[in-house]
Amino acid sequence: MSSFEGSARYIADDGLLADVNAAVVLGRPLLVKGEPGTGKTVLAAAVAESLGMSVSTWSIKSTTKAVEGLYTYDVVQRLNDARFGEGDVRDIRRYIRFGVLGKAFVAAERTVVLIDEIDKADLEFPNDLLRELDEMAFHIPELDETVRAVHRPVVIITSNAEKELPDAFLRRCVFHYIAFPDRERMKKIVEVHLPGLPEKLLEAAFSRFYGLRRLDGLRKRPSTSELLDWLNVLVRAGIPPEEVMAKFPFPGVLLKQEADLDVAKIRR
Amino acid sequence: MLLNLLFNLRNQGLKVGSGEWLAFLRGLELGLAVSLHQLYYLARTVLVHTEAHYDAFDVAFKAAFDGVELPASLKDELTAWLAEARQLEEGRMGHHDFASLKAMRKELEKRLAEQKERHDGGNHWVGTGGTSPFGNSGRADQGIRIGGEGGGRTAVAVAGERRWAGYRTDVQLDVRDFKVALSMLRRFGREGAEQLDIDGTIEKTAKNAGEIELDIKRERINRVRLVLLMDTGGSMEPNAALVSRLFTAAKALKTFKTFEAWHFHNAPYQWLYSDYRTFQRKPTAQVLDGLTAQHRVVWVGDASMAPWELFQGAGWGEPGPTGLQWLQRFSQRCPASIWLNPDPERYWDHPTVRAIGATVPMFPLTVDGLRRGMQRLRTAS
Repeated sequence: MSSFEGSARYIADDGLLADVNAAVVLGRPLLVKGEPGTGKTVLAAAVAESLGMSVSTWSIKSTTKAVEGLYTYDVVQRLNDARFGEGDVRDIRRYIRFGVLGKAFVAAERTVVLIDEIDKADLEFPNDLLRELDEMAFHIPELDETVRAVHRPVVIITSNAEKELPDAFLRRCVFHYIAFPDRERMKKIVEVHLPGLPEKLLEAAFSRFYGLRRLDGLRKRPSTSELLDWLNVLVRAGIPPEEVMAKFPFPGVLLKQEADLDVAKIRR
Repeated sequence: MLLNLLFNLRNQGLKVGSGEWLAFLRGLELGLAVSLHQLYYLARTVLVHTEAHYDAFDVAFKAAFDGVELPASLKDELTAWLAEARQLEEGRMGHHDFASLKAMRKELEKRLAEQKERHDGGNHWVGTGGTSPFGNSGRADQGIRIGGEGGGRTAVAVAGERRWAGYRTDVQLDVRDFKVALSMLRRFGREGAEQLDIDGTIEKTAKNAGEIELDIKRERINRVRLVLLMDTGGSMEPNAALVSRLFTAAKALKTFKTFEAWHFHNAPYQWLYSDYRTFQRKPTAQVLDGLTAQHRVVWVGDASMAPWELFQGAGWGEPGPTGLQWLQRFSQRCPASIWLNPDPERYWDHPTVRAIGATVPMFPLTVDGLRRGMQRLRTAS
């Protein structure tokens, strides 16, 4: 088994590499938290690419139920087939459809599963997945069969901390918090997305950006994706570095709330 | 040394369960930590579940591994160990049985020594790209990966930087933190209007072989009633912004069956104020009458005042029960009550704070304190 080393487009620090590898080797789900725009969701793709596995995503919504990730039993289709269709409706197996996790369990090769934004779901959702993630197996009562993972998938779970996750769930995960990138790492990230920006412009933009992030009382601090957008705008509009410092052009790209714009103005 | 880490973590208030500890040992066994750096990350990722505890972990780690004693003849041991490692590599790939925890710890100490050597002497350690004799199955073909940290900082130094201090539980709370915490207060009951659940009806009907079966549910309604009582003005002035954020969050959540907010100064007396500026007020006794055992009561205040303001008269010379007596009446009626104190816990050794804390369970107004408080409110009833 190879290990995760980051990828050309994904800059990971030592801690993240170590924690991903721990999750892979221990076969435990990796819970990733961090500010928006620190690359939680794209991590799964980078891990999959680096390990040569395929990746499937289970995006969680407020109405998502745990069992949907395992399987669904399409009774309506079965009823329809019983009345109008063809085929053997006595074979319930034909109407069991595996969900993202279920598919990963029965896959012939080890895969990466991204459970994205688990905190969007109901509070009980993580508890409903405890046993399934622990044993990497689940029971289908309709068939009276237990599906056991052929290969424990690499499970990566992201959370924006909208809700507290239950302790029992946390204990079964390995955890990583993606810190907001410092200037040095941010430079590398910018270089990946917007190669060849003039050093002076970067310096000026970074000073402004990190200065904003240090401000007290912002409702939403600007994140990496906003910085990238802003840099893009600055370049396209041909703003010289001096003006970035003196005037703070296009503040709306970094700060999306009116109250935050006021805060930035007052404390400048 | 590992047990040191465990005890230090416990001292820092991190409750490490046996499941996690075993997972950590298993990680060691599988060769996930062949340098102190990797040990640091492995321990942190398995044993810590929130960034709020990263700093406490750093403190514990530094305490456990700072100044680890090293044998004198390091170089010989290193050479011998490496020779053995190469042999193992050429021989069998893989299986190295750690007979016991003791043996494992010894090995680990050895490796830590090597790590130290690399940093101190600037020796070019051969580890990169080599093959570890430790660990079975998965990792053996992969070799020891030395952390790529350029400056040669040791993990202890990294831990010593305390770069996670800002994420500690005593960080500034913003409205969102309050919302997250307050949304833990839920107790659903199906007592709303009756509704036809269409998805449920289709599901049930199909299972019923097409015979229509209606699925009628009542709306789910959060039964929690929240009462927020805030100390305002005076020594609470510096905390005004914080308290107003809590108020904003509670008001904006709209998930509670009822929500009411009252202000008082120092302690509750005859009157509670819905708005201090306009002096809109209601007799405290009336507010109290409106409460039931189902209400969750959250007091916010620094609880420190002159003793007579709590224990005597009714504060401003009015007749009636003392502040403390009012508090006791509230607590008797609503067992699910907590007091959130914005002052750090080290200031709590004060007669009025102690007296209030004895009447209403007191928690610091921090992310962690808030969470514990909410848990208390959830379980008490």
